[in-house]
Amino acid sequence: MASKLLNYCHLQALCSRHVFSPRLPHPTRAALTLLHFRPFSDAPSSPPPEKPHSYNNTRNDIGMEKGPIQTPSSLKELELVKFASIAETWWDPEGPFKPLHVMNPTRLAFIRSTLCRHFRKDPNSSRPFEGLKIVDVGCGGGILSEPLARMGAAVMGVDAVEKNIKIARLHADLDPVTSTIEYCCTTAERLVEEERKFDAVISLEVIEHVADPAEFCKSLAALTIPDGATVISTINRSMRAYATAIIGAEYILHWLPKGTHQWSSFLTPEELVLILERANITVKEMAGFVYNPFTRRWSLSDDISVNFISFGTKKVQ
Amino acid sequence: MVGMALACSLASMPLTKHLNVAIIDSNPALGSRVRLKKGDPPDARVSTVTPATISLFKDVGAWQYIEQNRHAYFHKMQVWDYTGLGYTRYNARDINKEVLGCVVENKVLHDSLLSCIETTDFQKTFHPSRLTSMTLHQSSSSMGMDSTLLKTTSSSLGHLAKLELSDGKSIFAKLVVGADGGKSRVRELAGFKTTGWNYSQNAVICTVEHSVENRCAWQRFLPAGPIALLPMGNNFSNIVWTMNPKEAGNRKLMNEDDFVKDTNAALDYGYGPHPKSSLLEMGDMFSWLRGDVTLSATEGFEVPPKVVKLASERMVFPLSLKHANDYASKRVVLIGDAAHTVHPLAGQGVNMGFGDALALSRVIAEGIAVGIDIGEVTMLKKYEEERKRTNIMMMAILDGFQKAYSVDFGPLNILRAAVFHGANYISPLKRNIISYASGDQRLPLFS
Repeated sequence: MASKLLNYCHLQALCSRHVFSPRLPHPTRAALTLLHFRPFSDAPSSPPPEKPHSYNNTRNDIGMEKGPIQTPSSLKELELVKFASIAETWWDPEGPFKPLHVMNPTRLAFIRSTLCRHFRKDPNSSRPFEGLKIVDVGCGGGILSEPLARMGAAVMGVDAVEKNIKIARLHADLDPVTSTIEYCCTTAERLVEEERKFDAVISLEVIEHVADPAEFCKSLAALTIPDGATVISTINRSMRAYATAIIGAEYILHWLPKGTHQWSSFLTPEELVLILERANITVKEMAGFVYNPFTRRWSLSDDISVNFISFGTKKVQ
Repeated sequence: MVGMALACSLASMPLTKHLNVAIIDSNPALGSRVRLKKGDPPDARVSTVTPATISLFKDVGAWQYIEQNRHAYFHKMQVWDYTGLGYTRYNARDINKEVLGCVVENKVLHDSLLSCIETTDFQKTFHPSRLTSMTLHQSSSSMGMDSTLLKTTSSSLGHLAKLELSDGKSIFAKLVVGADGGKSRVRELAGFKTTGWNYSQNAVICTVEHSVENRCAWQRFLPAGPIALLPMGNNFSNIVWTMNPKEAGNRKLMNEDDFVKDTNAALDYGYGPHPKSSLLEMGDMFSWLRGDVTLSATEGFEVPPKVVKLASERMVFPLSLKHANDYASKRVVLIGDAAHTVHPLAGQGVNMGFGDALALSRVIAEGIAVGIDIGEVTMLKKYEEERKRTNIMMMAILDGFQKAYSVDFGPLNILRAAVFHGANYISPLKRNIISYASGDQRLPLFS
């Protein structure tokens, strides 16, 4: 398995001069179908598109490929009930999304401390993000968006999967504080076209699923106001990450379905910093997440060899 | 008391003081705020608060109110049993502290917490009624009911806990904290199972008066159970006497003079001889520890002050051990006696409860800091993990003591006497015991 991956990387390196050039179409059909295997969507995994991926074909979140987004004509009662029952799985702390729920407070702690420091907000207030506009790119079921809204921010959550947006909206409507979140089934590029701007752009655990990370970062940067914040979290492309995040999480602990992550899509911290620099974002802080299997808790640390999160600010032109 | 302590703690922290708290308590003292006067006769119900609890009260700003009313710090303690084979004396100086604890009437504790919370602009509402029913998990399909109080659409309240009170009001809440004592209604309605057993002992509680001031806590283990004499201040002391239920019934009804005589006998010469102040011979055995001898090891055995008369009514309570299997589930959490009930023999019960209140308020603050819904079960489980460990350990130790002292068997008596001597003269052990009982130490031996 490892040698196959290494060969693949080598092949990629041969095909492309720089690490950041767009990913060429995969040589084998098997690899293609693996790329299209989207474990969290119920839609049948469709065959790969005929034309090769273009620069703008980003894949936000663990979502479906681009194409006309189907929206049901009207929300019938049955549909509501169906979505409501699935909504519980996203938000079931013991369900398939449990690892995300367990990691959430740690990610929020980092976001809280960096954003409070950058925007000079009082960290002892219970709503420190009052007055800030934040967008959560790849929000999924809204696991990150809701706490951000509770902390006082005006949150917009976007995801390319219509189902996730529906689930997120249903759950957020339960609490008046989170019902103000604006959920939209769209992509970062479309938002850029609409010329939306935000004080902070947050995209956690998304960039490793995107076809062109450099372009994705450029879109995120375009959404950020000058001197605004951009927070990106992902998994490091290290051997240790292969062992823990892929073999450990997918095959041994069964935290994630097999095939969720591709080791080759991971970015090293240096690469992330560089592509952000090219997008006019200076990375100011970086931290890692470590999991303690004895206390079963995640904590922030300096160890960026597996999961890491980075906070950057948009250069003021 | 423990519930009020939680409310005070939340009111005192910047992250939580914006929370809206409804306090449901059918205690009549809550409604009519009759100010306590210093000259009030002493109540029979008191609690011994450990230094850890005293710091909690000081942190929330409630201790100043206690100092204005009757309270008694004590710095000495003596424990012995009826066999007369050994005794242990503890002194706060052994761990370089000023006090081992403070004995305060429950009404004073409650009143001080109430005063503390009234001085802040914490949003609280008092509901002087009882909880009749509670609905926790409402599916989204059962929406469409509305309460008489709230005007928001019922769909937004469907996922909250709904409480119905005996006066007809309904309350919706993100988190329900059960601090309603050993027979907790919240625990019952939420479906938490408990483990435990009844001790075949009842406790007779009353306040007595001496002719001299008492500044020491006394506990003597008798064949049927321990009798404790706790100083309350102004020459008053509180008696907690554990015995089997039949005798407890008798003692409650017998006339006052007989009761006073019985009490003096129990504390002094009844049931067995005084332990010898064997400082010299026993001291030699442990002379290799001499360099580290504690102050209290050099004090001799003292006889407790004589009881002159009864100062309050006598109350009888059945004793049991009870522990909820879980402290938390979605939107519900238990603290204090609702989560755990123990034997009063070491004065730890309410202190464990105050520890729970402090831990829960801290967990809630951490949750709010990262924007989590306070009814979220993962956050509440963090509180449960932390407190369960501590509470179960303490409960095991207390239960062990209770069982060890309920048997009158020659070799066991000698073993107990040896334990008394050991605890008295082996200084590191004594210091450990005092620190653990004072709440300064989390684990009994290894820290």
